[in-house]
Amino acid sequence: MSGIFEYNGGSIVGMKGKNCIAVACDRRFGQQMSTITTNYQKVFKIQDNILLALSGLNTDIHTFYALMEKEINLYNLKENRKMKPTTFANLVASALYERRFGPFFVTPIVAGLENGKPILATYDSIGCKSDLDDFQVGGTGGNYIYGACEAFFKPDMSPEELEEVIGQSLVSGCDRDALSGWGGVVYVLTEQKITVKILKTKQT
Amino acid sequence: MTDFALTTFSSKGKLLQIEYALNAVAKGDTAIGIKAKNGVVLVVEKKQTSILIEEQSVQKISLMSDNIAATYAGLGPDFRVLSQQARKLVKKYDLKYQEEMFVQTLSRELAEDVQVATQRGGIRPFGVSILIAGYDEEGPHLVQLDPSGAYYSWKATAIGKQAKNAKAFLEKRYNVDMEIEDAINTALLTLKEGFEGQITPTNIEVGVIRDDHVFRILPPSQVKDYLEELE
Repeated sequence: MSGIFEYNGGSIVGMKGKNCIAVACDRRFGQQMSTITTNYQKVFKIQDNILLALSGLNTDIHTFYALMEKEINLYNLKENRKMKPTTFANLVASALYERRFGPFFVTPIVAGLENGKPILATYDSIGCKSDLDDFQVGGTGGNYIYGACEAFFKPDMSPEELEEVIGQSLVSGCDRDALSGWGGVVYVLTEQKITVKILKTKQT
Repeated sequence: MTDFALTTFSSKGKLLQIEYALNAVAKGDTAIGIKAKNGVVLVVEKKQTSILIEEQSVQKISLMSDNIAATYAGLGPDFRVLSQQARKLVKKYDLKYQEEMFVQTLSRELAEDVQVATQRGGIRPFGVSILIAGYDEEGPHLVQLDPSGAYYSWKATAIGKQAKNAKAFLEKRYNVDMEIEDAINTALLTLKEGFEGQITPTNIEVGVIRDDHVFRILPPSQVKDYLEELE
């Protein structure tokens, strides 16, 4: 299957702000050139202060998310405490590498808030973690979103600014990518709450 | 591997093999642990049966990780096996989460292996009680793990030959606001109480962990200083 990461299409982006963090994703679920639905969920709430965004093969998006849900639930029961975002970020890397020779065809982004500080980690499909500053992208429209991010991003943005900037970057990028788009969702995580905003985009 | 169990219930509902294992523990050299506000201390007898033995080669306090260590009363080789198992558990956790393991978590997982030896066919229970001391994000911890697989968190405790007397002594001396230096002195005093013969820096072993999360086994020179303070 050529381009297994391109089969379903889809893009995600994560961006750090001042004591806040945002992730955004498109809503398309396609099978090569056909669009099946325009409301596919690609960002999942793992904990009040951890979000997991996934792009790639949709079946693996769903399965990998389910696996992480199971891990964190068992952890909560066994250890009797919440998981730290940095710990979860490491868990994702281990879980991906466990399938080194039969990988999940996903590229995850972990976004969290630990002691008020934003945590952002991105991975390849076999668990190479990088937690660089500012922003990360994933999926078929990733490179286009990078361009928009570089132009719009500035450090230490407020939650409102961040929501605007990440939304614009996602939309600009997805508009260029044939396999991403059909709507967008932006999640902004702060100490107090998680806000969710649904974006209307070009429906093509 | 035989598939009949060695440890089976008696008519009174007891597991005699575990009772006998506890007897083996009760014959072992005394070990004492005290949890202070800001640290934990482990003190253990290291009496050698012959003056020909190289005292420094015997290590009764083993590190499980940077922030957790353990000692024992009972069969030395059984402790060695469990130490190795505990170290693997810590490393496995570290590889998965890249985070310092909690003392309670390690105790629970190690207890699983100890319990298996009371129920699986063809193997006998472990002949050691283990005292696990560590400092994690939750604070200082002292946990006792018995041959049955049961584990208990203590403020202060003793295992081995002098366990009963030592615990009685500790009940009078212990207070919740103890600082680690007081705890070290108290632990040494407690050990001295029931010690047969002269206590020296080389026939005991002392290990301390403070709020820097680093467990240190004290060299004989430092132990000598603490012992002299007791005079």
